[in-house]
Amino acid sequence: MWQAILSLVMITQTIRISIPYILASIGGTFSERGGVINIGLEGIILNGAFCAVLATWYTGNAWAGVLAAVIGGILTALIHAVVSIRYKADQIISGVAINLFAVGITKFILKLVFHSSSNSERVAGLPFWKIPLISRIPIIDAIFSNPLILLTLIIVVISHIMIFRTPFGLRLRSCGEHPQAADTLGVKVDHMRYAGVLISGALAGLGGAWLSLDQHQFTDGMSGGRGFIALAAMIFGKWTPLGATGASLLFGFAEALQIQLQSAGVKIPTQFIQMIPYLLTIVVLTSAIGRAVPPAADGKPYEK
Amino acid sequence: MKKRLIILVVVLAVMVGCAKRIEFAEATLRVGLVFDVGGRGDKSFNDSAYRGLEKAKEDLGIYYEYIEPGEGSDRESGLRMLANQKFDLIFGIGFMFSDDITHVAREFPDKKFACVDYTVQPGREIPPNLAALKFREEEGSYLVGAIAGLVTKTNKLGFVGGMDIPLIHKFESGYKAGVRRVNPKATILVGYAGVTGEAFKNPAKGKEIALSQYGQGVDIIYHASGSTGLGVFEAAREKKALAIGVDSDQYYEAPGFILTSMIKRVDNSVYNTIKETIAGQFKGGVHTFGLEEDGVGYVYDENNKDLIPGEVRKKVEELKAQIIKGEIGVPKE
Repeated sequence: MWQAILSLVMITQTIRISIPYILASIGGTFSERGGVINIGLEGIILNGAFCAVLATWYTGNAWAGVLAAVIGGILTALIHAVVSIRYKADQIISGVAINLFAVGITKFILKLVFHSSSNSERVAGLPFWKIPLISRIPIIDAIFSNPLILLTLIIVVISHIMIFRTPFGLRLRSCGEHPQAADTLGVKVDHMRYAGVLISGALAGLGGAWLSLDQHQFTDGMSGGRGFIALAAMIFGKWTPLGATGASLLFGFAEALQIQLQSAGVKIPTQFIQMIPYLLTIVVLTSAIGRAVPPAADGKPYEK
Repeated sequence: MKKRLIILVVVLAVMVGCAKRIEFAEATLRVGLVFDVGGRGDKSFNDSAYRGLEKAKEDLGIYYEYIEPGEGSDRESGLRMLANQKFDLIFGIGFMFSDDITHVAREFPDKKFACVDYTVQPGREIPPNLAALKFREEEGSYLVGAIAGLVTKTNKLGFVGGMDIPLIHKFESGYKAGVRRVNPKATILVGYAGVTGEAFKNPAKGKEIALSQYGQGVDIIYHASGSTGLGVFEAAREKKALAIGVDSDQYYEAPGFILTSMIKRVDNSVYNTIKETIAGQFKGGVHTFGLEEDGVGYVYDENNKDLIPGEVRKKVEELKAQIIKGEIGVPKE
């Protein structure tokens, strides 16, 4: 049993499952650090997944799909941004609306273009990279052979630097903590918040591209609740990119573990293992282990 | 408030105005049908039901209308709407309808109802005007299990289920029994995608489960998991291994990697129910469709006959005959 758990299959599986969680939870971190709650991540992932397949289908190039997913994600997030920043509407409601909207629009275009309510045609996927020497080490190979895994790794590092080591990050965080003070110091609160939400759209859209391009097709409702898991990972990671990444990997590990235990025929109820990450999230939220404190002005529209 | 009320009234009026006028005159029977989530074009269940409707229209001259409900729970209102109009026979497609259709059938005792994959529950009586159409999926699964058991080279086989519920356990147990019958040495790895309805539309999860099974030496995987199974096919392509489709012939989802498919003839059940109703022989209660009634089966045609050797085909046909005669009892769980 332990052999199965610590095997290479298990580790690569953990990484593969975690990719959309990592991207979307870091996206959520950007948005909420700027003070806008984004529960529309689920819908953005779905739209991103669909845009990726649509663009790949028309161009035959999966990189065009990746680009389209990012653009699609940004456009979906833009709706959320305009509604909640410009018009100061309730951010939760706007997020829910985005999720419902994504389910409808993807299905509608799916029927229009592919004449199916279930799945699209098969499209090209991203290439596998074989780098000599490096590909001899299995784990490194698993990361470097897949362009999106490598890209995610880079995004994690850059996001951390952006939020905590650059003037942009400082301004973004100040808008989420105390927008009045930021405004007095000449920071354009609305602009920073737009930036946070749009970055979250780009990242969650990219997470969607991973989902659909890895399957070589779009399937109705394929986001499967991943946006909500990403939100939990963001909270569990205490609104930091590295924390969110760690939490995403933990959630991914729990899922991979559950798959492995099932096929090993171990008689632990799989529901129990699947429950652990969420239980941990609740524990962190109720401040039993290291309190999770959201940015002070998170979810509050800024009135001058 | 008043303004909202006016808007509501206007919307309702428009909806009523748009509702189609039904031509009763020439139709032999007026059939209404509410699809499962997914609706037409799901390349599976719903499409199969639709083929049954189409065939009945051409052969028997019925008039039909259908409703495709959204994600929410407007299944019941769909059934009720059709029952309120002048439809004679109303179908609900999928086990999700079980509760709703029972209620609506009680409210409209002079209308006839039929539900595909109806879940029979102890303590819930089936009204006399409701036909519960059930399939012996375990029989078809037994046969594809036998094919897998004979074709495997590694003696390791996989099963991927969607939602962990009794309906899917039938597929699993039939499959296992079929494998064991022809290949007692084979081991079978089992994975379920989840415990909610989402588990039927999570191809990424299906792919991971399949990759892990193939990684452990499995060479054929049977899935009963809706579009989650598309991920299983994707894993089969990646690992150059085989998979078995479900509900309808899924060969075209991954040509060359689909050993066979366990087919469920929802179209036949819909067609037969319509035919019986026209002949005045509609009967309420449970109707089951197995191998004998041509309600389930497996695919063997031009596409996959190179993957299934002649002696395998012969053996499986023998087993099929034995099941029909009742010499083999296939376990349901």
